[in-house]
Amino acid sequence: MSKKGFFTDTTLCIGCKACEVACKQWNQLPDDGFKFTGLSYDNSEHLGSSTWRHVAFVERPMALGMQVSGAGNFSWLMMSDVCKHCARAGCLESCPTGALVRTEYDSVYVQPDVCNGCGYCVSACPFGVIDRREDDGRAWKCTLCYDRLKADMTPACAKHCPTASIQFGDLVELRVRAQQRVEELHRRGTTEAYLYGADQPGTEGLNAFFLLVDKPEAYNLPPDPVVPTRKVRRSWVSLAGAAVAMAALAVAAVTGV
Amino acid sequence: MAECHPVGFQWVMEAKARGATIIHVDPRFTRTSAMADIHVPIRAGTDIAFLGGIVNYILQHDRCFQEYVVQYTNASCILREDFKDTEDLDGVFSGWDRKKGMYDETSWQYEGIDGEVPAAGHKEIVPAGSKDEVRGKNAKEIPRDPTLQHPRCVYQILKKHYARYTPQMVADICGIAPEQVVRVAEELCRNSGRERTGAFCYAVGWTQHTVGVQYIRTASIIQLLLGNIGRPGGGIMALRGHASIQGSTDIPTLFNLLPGYISMPHAEHDQYREYLNTNTAGVGFWSKFESYFVSLMKAWFGDAVNRDNDWGFHWLPAITGDHSHMTTVADMVDGKVKGYFVMGENPAVGSMNGALQRKGLQKLDWLVVRDFQPTETAEFWRSAPEVQSGEVSPEDIETEVFFFPAATHVEKDGSFTNTQRLLQWHHKAIEPPGDCRSDLDFAYKLGLRLKELYASSREGRDEPIRRLVWSYPTKGVHREADPEAVLAEINGWSALDRRPLSAYTELKPDGSTACGCWIYCGCRKEGVNQTARRKPGREQDWVAKEWAWAWPDNRRILYNRASADPDGKPWSERKKLVWWDAEKKQWTGADTPDFIKDRPPSYRPAPGTTGVDALAGDDPFIMEADGKGWLFAPSGIIDGPLPTHYEPQESVVENFLYGQQCNPKRLEYSRPDNPYHRAFADPRFPFVLTTYRLTEHHTAGGMTRVLSWLSELMPQMFCEVSPDLAALRGLRHGGWATITTARGEIEARVVVTRRMPVLRVRGQVVHQIGLPYHWSLVGLVQGDAANDLTAFVGDPNVHIQESKAFTGDIQPGRRSRKRRAAYRGELRASVPELPRDLPQVEPLQGRVPKQHELAKE
Repeated sequence: MSKKGFFTDTTLCIGCKACEVACKQWNQLPDDGFKFTGLSYDNSEHLGSSTWRHVAFVERPMALGMQVSGAGNFSWLMMSDVCKHCARAGCLESCPTGALVRTEYDSVYVQPDVCNGCGYCVSACPFGVIDRREDDGRAWKCTLCYDRLKADMTPACAKHCPTASIQFGDLVELRVRAQQRVEELHRRGTTEAYLYGADQPGTEGLNAFFLLVDKPEAYNLPPDPVVPTRKVRRSWVSLAGAAVAMAALAVAAVTGV
Repeated sequence: MAECHPVGFQWVMEAKARGATIIHVDPRFTRTSAMADIHVPIRAGTDIAFLGGIVNYILQHDRCFQEYVVQYTNASCILREDFKDTEDLDGVFSGWDRKKGMYDETSWQYEGIDGEVPAAGHKEIVPAGSKDEVRGKNAKEIPRDPTLQHPRCVYQILKKHYARYTPQMVADICGIAPEQVVRVAEELCRNSGRERTGAFCYAVGWTQHTVGVQYIRTASIIQLLLGNIGRPGGGIMALRGHASIQGSTDIPTLFNLLPGYISMPHAEHDQYREYLNTNTAGVGFWSKFESYFVSLMKAWFGDAVNRDNDWGFHWLPAITGDHSHMTTVADMVDGKVKGYFVMGENPAVGSMNGALQRKGLQKLDWLVVRDFQPTETAEFWRSAPEVQSGEVSPEDIETEVFFFPAATHVEKDGSFTNTQRLLQWHHKAIEPPGDCRSDLDFAYKLGLRLKELYASSREGRDEPIRRLVWSYPTKGVHREADPEAVLAEINGWSALDRRPLSAYTELKPDGSTACGCWIYCGCRKEGVNQTARRKPGREQDWVAKEWAWAWPDNRRILYNRASADPDGKPWSERKKLVWWDAEKKQWTGADTPDFIKDRPPSYRPAPGTTGVDALAGDDPFIMEADGKGWLFAPSGIIDGPLPTHYEPQESVVENFLYGQQCNPKRLEYSRPDNPYHRAFADPRFPFVLTTYRLTEHHTAGGMTRVLSWLSELMPQMFCEVSPDLAALRGLRHGGWATITTARGEIEARVVVTRRMPVLRVRGQVVHQIGLPYHWSLVGLVQGDAANDLTAFVGDPNVHIQESKAFTGDIQPGRRSRKRRAAYRGELRASVPELPRDLPQVEPLQGRVPKQHELAKE
C-alpha cells in the first residue's frame, strides 16, 4: 500500500468550511458548543477531540502577491488545518497501550477500543492536534478517514473541498504536484508561497503538508515542530554520560587517583 | 460568489488557474475578494454609476468590438426625434406621465416604426394602442446608420448618455479611486474581442435595489459592446439565491407569469384575441406565442379545451394589478387577505420589514407553513420580538396555523434548474420520515381534494377546477405523486398518440400538441429523462452536452449564433462554438446552434415577411423582434430605456448627476408602519447599511440554524464595522451594538475589521455597516433579524425589495427594546423631508399614486 496523505494548498482555500462539516458528518462528531469568538470568521478556534478539520482565518495588514484591493494593504488568508500524520509521530511513540498505530497507508490512527485515556499523546503532539474528549476521556483525532480508504473512497474533507485546496493522494505524487504549484505561484507573483511540512526535520516529514504564504506562526502552526521522543536518545546518552562521569568521580574519590 | 455559491466558485478558481483575471466588486472584503486579483470596494447602491463609467470608457476609447456591435446590436438603429434623455431632463426620460406616475414609452421607439417594438418576455407590461394588432411586424424595417454617426442612432445616444460617467465622477459617486475604475475597464476591454471573452456573475447584491433590473441592463450593455454575449466564456450569470430558483422562474411562482415566461392574462385584455395580440411579437420566436399558449392549456385541461372555447383562456384568473409579495403583505396587514401558503420560505426573517410581515400574518384567517422545522413564520405568534416585548399578545392573534413537515431534496426525486438553465435530476436517497412529504405530493393531494369538493358544482367559476386534468401516478411507500410523470407533462406530447415531443419548434397552435412549459420541451425527448443524464465531462467534449439537459433544446450557450461572424465563420479559432457548414448547408459546432438550423448567413427576408421567417441570417438574438441585442431598450423595462444612476431610497448623499434623486418609478409603500428616512443626509441615520449571507448559513436560516454542525460555525448575529467607525461610535470588538432604522432596532455582536473599508465620496467619509440576515428567534442559535430594519420599497419591474443599500445608525451596547415601527410608528422623531423627485415628476401637493394604488382604480 502506498503512503497516502493530504496536500492542503491554502492559496485555493475559500474558507467555506465544507471540510469541517463533511468531517463531522462522516465521523459523527459532536458540536463544540455555540460560541462566538470574534476571531475573524473562525468560531471553532482550533483542532480538538471533536474538530478534526479546522479552518483558520488570518486578516493581515499587508497585500498578498499581486493582489490589489481598494481596502488598502490588506489580505485575508484561510487555511484548513488537520492532523499532520507525522512521519515520526509523537503521539504514537508516547502511547503506552498501543492504541495509536501506523496504518498501511502510513497514517496515524487511534484505536478507540484500545485507548485508555492516559493522555500522554496529548502532550507529545508538537502541533496540539490530538485531544481527549471530556465525556468519554479517550483521545481522538483525524483518522485520514481510514474507513473510507478501506472502501477505496477519498477522505470526506478532500471529497467535499470545492476548490481542490485539500488534495488527497499518494504522497510521492502530491509532493511533486506541490512543488510545481509553488513554482507556478512564484511565476505569477505570489513569491511568498512555500511548502510547510514537505521536509520537517523535527518530525521527519509530515504526511499532511501545506502550501503557505506567511510564516507558520501566522496560521498558528509551530515554526519548528519537534517530536519530544526525538530528544530521548540524546537524553539517555546524556544521562548515561552523566552516570559514567559520576561513577568515575566516585571511583576517583574513593581510590584517590 | 465564494461566500454564497462556494460550489459554483470552483469554476472561477479553475478559470483563475488558467490565467483569468478575477475582479470582485463589493462594499466589503469577502471570501471572494480574498481570491480575487482585484477587489473594488464600492458604496452600496451605486453600481450603475460604476458600470456606466466602464461603458463610457469603452465608448470614449473606441474599445467596442466594432463588427459585433454594428451587426449584432441595435447600435445603428435610429430613434424618434422626440426622445429626450435623462441628460436633457435632469434625471427623467421623455414620456413621464405625472398623473399616472409612469412612463409612456412612445418616444423611446425607433423612428418610423408604428407602435412599440415588443421586448422578449415582456411580462405584464401593457402597451398602449396595440390591442388590435400584433406588434413589431415591421421591426426589420428600422432605419439604420451602420457608420454609427447619425446623432439619433442608439450608439450616439448611448455615448451622450454616459459621457459624464468619467472615472472622476465614478470616484465621486462610488468612492472608488479613479485609477481603479480605469484598471477594471481596461481589464475588461483587454479580455474581450475576437480572441478573448469576459463574463459577469451577479447575485442579489445587484438585484435588491430600487433600480435592480437596470444594474443588470448596464452589464448587458458592456457585454454587447465588448461582444461577450453568445460566445464561450462570455455572458452574464445570475447566481440564484437558492437551489432551483431559476426553475421557479421558468415554471414560475410569480404572480404575473405562466410557465415559460408567458404572461398572465390581464383584466384589461379580457378577450383571447387581445391577449394574443398583446403578447405575440411580429418577428422572432415570440411570434409563435399562440403555439406555446395553446400547448400549455392542452397540458392542463386536455380534451376540455378547443378553439371554440378559446382554449380555456377564460378559465385562467386575470390579474388586476400588482399582486407581488410586498403588495400582498401590505394588503394582508390591511385585512384584505384571508389565507397564506408559505412553502420553503421564511418571510418573518428573510423578507423586508420583518415586523410588518409578522403583522400581516396576525391578520390572516389561516396560514399554512411547509418546512423541515417550525420556522419563525410558523411560530410568529409566540417567538416574535413584539411578542417577547409584550406589545403583541398571542391571545389576540386569531390566525389558525397549519404546519406541514416537508421532505428534503434527498427524500424526493426532482430536478434543479441552475443559472446556466441546466436541468439536473436528483434521485431520492431515502424515504422521508414520519409525516414529511414532498411539496409536489402536497400540491397534488390538495388538488385532488379541491376537485372532489367542486365535483358537483355547476358554477362557471368552478369550471377550471373541474376541468383540470389532475391525475399523476403515485409511488413509493408513502404513495407520493411521481415527479417524472410531471416532467413528462412539462416536456409535452402529441395530443393524438401522446408521443413525447422533441423540441419547442414542434409545438402547434391548433391543439395537436400539449406542453407544460414550452422552453422545457425536449427535456424528456424520446421518453427518456434527459435531465438525469450523468455522463462525466472527461468522457465528452468540452461542452459536455450529455450531462443533464439545458433549455431550450439542450443549447448550452444562448444566442450562440453570435459566436460566429456575420458570414457564419467563428470569430477566432480559440473561441469557436457554432458555425455555418456551407457544404451541408446547416449550422453546426460543439454546442446545439441557437438558431434556425438551415438558415444561411446570407439569408435576408423579403420586405413584409413576418414571424420566424423575418429573422435574417445574421440576426443572432432570435427572441427579440429585430433579432438584435438591445443596447437601448425601447420597451420591456418600465423605468427607462437606458440605465441611469439614481440613489437608493435612503442614501447618505445627494444624487451628484441629476436633480432626480431616486428612480422615479420605484415602488414605494408610504404608510406609518413602513416609515422611510430622509432621502439623503438624514442626521438620525448617518451610515450605509447592507445585508448579506454567509457561507455557513442558508438564507433566513430555516435549514441551517437547526443543525449543530453549521450553527457552531456561525453561532450568533453580528455586524461588521471598520476600525474608524468603531472609534467614532465607541464600539468594542466582540462587544455589543444596537443598530437602528425608522423600522426597528436590533442587537448584534460587533466585529471590527479592516474588511469594511471606509470610503470617501467627494471628500465626505462614508461608513458602511455589514449585516448578515440569517438569525432570528427559533433554532439552536439565535439573534436579531437584520430584516427587521429594512423597508418595503423596491424595483418596479420585478417587485424586489431594496435591502442591499439603506441607511441606519449604530450605538454601542445592548439598548434595543425590540421596538418596531409596525406597532408604534416611526422610532425616532422625524426630520424635514428632502424631495426624492423633481417637481415635474411628483406633484407638489402630494406624492404620485404608486402602482399598487393605480391598480385599484
